[in-house]
Amino acid sequence: MSLTDQLLTQNTVQLDSKIPAGPMAEKWTSYKENMKLVNPNNKRKFKVIVVGTGLAGASAAATMAELGYQVDAFTFHDSARRAHSIAAQGGINGAKNYKGDGDSIHRLFYDTVKGGDFRAREANVHRLAENSVDIIDQMVAQGVPFAREYGGLLDNRSFGGAQVSRTFYARGQTGQQLLLGAYQQFSRQVGLGGIRLFNRTELIDIVVIDGHASGIVVRDLVTGELQSHAAHAVVLATGGYGNAFFLSTNAMACNVTAAWRAHRKGALFANPCYTQIHPTCIPQSDDSQSKLTLMSESLRNDGRVWVPTNPNETRPAHEVPENERDYYLERLYPSFGNLAPRDISSRAAKRLVDKGQGVGPKKNGVYLDFADAINRLGRDVVEERYGNLFEMYERIAGENPYEQPMRIYPASHYTMGGLWVDYELMTNIPGLYAAGEANFSDHGANRLGASALMQGLSDGYFVLPYTIGNYLAPMLNKSIPGTDHPEFKAAEEAARLRFNGYLSTGGTKSPDHFHRELGKIIWDYCGMERTKEGLTKALSDLPALYEEFKTDLCVTGNGESMNQTLEKAGRVDDFFQLGMLMCRDALDREESCGGHFRSEYQTEEGEALRDDENYCHVSAYQWGGDPMKPNLNVEKLEFEEVHLATRSYK
Amino acid sequence: MSHNLKNITLKIWRQDGPQAKGNFETHVIDEITDEASFLEMLDILNDNLVHAGKEAVVFDHDCREGICGTCSLMIDGQAHGPQRGTATCQLHMRQFQDNAVITIEPWRASAFPLIKDLMVDRSAFDRIIESGGYITAETGGAPDANLIPIAKTVADAAMDSAECIGCGACVAACPNGAANLFTAAKVAHLNRLPQGQAERFSRVETMVETMDDYFGSCTNHGECEAACPKEISIDVIALMHKDYRKAKFSNRKDLARK
Repeated sequence: MSLTDQLLTQNTVQLDSKIPAGPMAEKWTSYKENMKLVNPNNKRKFKVIVVGTGLAGASAAATMAELGYQVDAFTFHDSARRAHSIAAQGGINGAKNYKGDGDSIHRLFYDTVKGGDFRAREANVHRLAENSVDIIDQMVAQGVPFAREYGGLLDNRSFGGAQVSRTFYARGQTGQQLLLGAYQQFSRQVGLGGIRLFNRTELIDIVVIDGHASGIVVRDLVTGELQSHAAHAVVLATGGYGNAFFLSTNAMACNVTAAWRAHRKGALFANPCYTQIHPTCIPQSDDSQSKLTLMSESLRNDGRVWVPTNPNETRPAHEVPENERDYYLERLYPSFGNLAPRDISSRAAKRLVDKGQGVGPKKNGVYLDFADAINRLGRDVVEERYGNLFEMYERIAGENPYEQPMRIYPASHYTMGGLWVDYELMTNIPGLYAAGEANFSDHGANRLGASALMQGLSDGYFVLPYTIGNYLAPMLNKSIPGTDHPEFKAAEEAARLRFNGYLSTGGTKSPDHFHRELGKIIWDYCGMERTKEGLTKALSDLPALYEEFKTDLCVTGNGESMNQTLEKAGRVDDFFQLGMLMCRDALDREESCGGHFRSEYQTEEGEALRDDENYCHVSAYQWGGDPMKPNLNVEKLEFEEVHLATRSYK
Repeated sequence: MSHNLKNITLKIWRQDGPQAKGNFETHVIDEITDEASFLEMLDILNDNLVHAGKEAVVFDHDCREGICGTCSLMIDGQAHGPQRGTATCQLHMRQFQDNAVITIEPWRASAFPLIKDLMVDRSAFDRIIESGGYITAETGGAPDANLIPIAKTVADAAMDSAECIGCGACVAACPNGAANLFTAAKVAHLNRLPQGQAERFSRVETMVETMDDYFGSCTNHGECEAACPKEISIDVIALMHKDYRKAKFSNRKDLARK
């Protein structure tokens, strides 16, 4: 009996994805035509809590406030403009076909399903592709200064995994401009009174009463005070869990707490092992490093990736002759070349670095070379396209990419897994929704570039504001539990005990120390390549380290004023429990697909080998009281439109 | 790439809360590498403090990519430190000499009350945006994105000021604690675009007046531009003043038609 068989209890929850009937291209239209509505004058009778003010949260809160709902929005940042959506560089996909190169909603849908290695829910992806068109219109109307051509029309660029140009961009700061657009629309509602904003306030628990999400418990980060908030529905738009790796391209404060606390209250966590490793990040330079910085995938439009063929090469890059360079992406994947999808490019880089062909002082990177592009287009054009990225690289690495190639290496970047949601983006807890990176539904086992911004805005602008009405309509004029309900008091008390516990452990090591150690285990055994042996080891190392965390943690300061060490302790605690689930899921999924690569399951050429017979499903876990013993639930994936095929980019 | 190790002395501001008395604390950081970022140096300091049973220094930071605008810090009297066009989180130790003594303080401006140590409250910026820093375009019903061509020069100019990260360095650097660069950057972004014309004059009026409720007045020192990590030009302030004057001295209904 394998470890997996011993510990996983199956099918404890009945999963209903609520996919509407009818042809794929008509499902969303038909849903909207048949959903229940709340009369405009009655919307103000409903209170909706939105946690997180990134693209998904800000757009959902703003749109629901415009519709007339009372919205309470929560962010742990000082302002709603800071969320990590802001750091997305390259762009946002939209199936506009402005280039006349054969793009269409169907093609974007197809590319996304294939890019996700056939592990996403088709109906959700189709809706995403449909909404992509409206998102571009909406954001332009709000004044997002997308790049334009000289004639004044919008410009597009290409991204990995696509053979058309459908990516809209605003220099290398597309995420920033989209988030500021959503933030401004959100701020307008704050000014008009449609949204109450709670900043520097972190979610600590979800309150479920009679099976329905009834509110949340939050901690005011400035005063340490715990507060309860009740509502008719709760939306979590709280991002992904990439910081489980410690070193990642996520912002320092990104964490899994909101999703994890929902999970502990009964929400299923789906596909936790699907994490994306982004191929173009600046390699780690020393041990004190706190995070890794991404260099936009758009650079691969004009940059060529190579390593020296000789592992003992010592000459600077420009002195290495052409015939001693291996442009390995162009060699291995001629039709996509340097624009091969992220998972494939990342693994290719890892293999060469593992073989000793890496470059840089630690031999931990590969070259991304712009010499050809500068010769072909001129320095001015390259500067116009990527100037700010080149500057950023120079500040961090201390090298000028106009003169010598960038050094890049893969790093944890995005998490496709997340809270299980149905077609309406509702978790299995009625009234609890998850949007954006916090849910699992649209990217399968691998996300294509320029699709995260698209999904966040699709969920927030064009999905939730509809689907939430369908849930709220029957609740009209029914009373909901207030914050004096015993469940709220119990959640507050549990939170108080938890934080007092961190403060009184009285150990010797900081939360950062544990986070670093935890990240190392997850990166080594549940990173770019996973094996049964490694995951089994991780599953014995993690609980041991977690025990140490519980007994040897040192948190200084107190719980009654701003205390970032205490905040961190809570987040690391949740990362430990999630880390165990990630490894458990990776161990259970005995196939390779997208970002989940099990060395035991690969083709002769070293590509991912899926097992559609046994694993064409979503693995959704239920909290069982012990992070090592989750209950597994399975949602079978049916493919009507796109036929299951081996994903090839050759 | 060099791997120099440096010894640094930090004189760092500690203050328990807005009402408490603050003071400088001296800490020594040994053998920090050139590749470490300024905030990673503070991470090391904090880790040392926690392991010694002392309270960590509170400071705002998040993306560490120079884009979220959360980080702040007056470093040797300069907002975001000595490197031009660089936010604190993008500053690296190769910018400092061995044995340097570095003074670190919070943003100091009456509109940014101190929370603790190096962290301040910049919510007044949000109040300015809430008063008019947007284009009213409620979700749904937007026309096709290519309906209105926008000259590349106009879109580029709008983008130049839209790059503002809202960090507050301009206010911290200003001897008057004025927020004109921040406010004008948003006015210039939106007022330059065709989509922003409908609310052009009401926008500038409400934003300027909200700004005046919280911040000092601009007297053209230009310190804001020098401190701005995005190097936004003070030209935008002239544009804001021009539009504000137009809004105030003309009949608004007339202006809306132009």
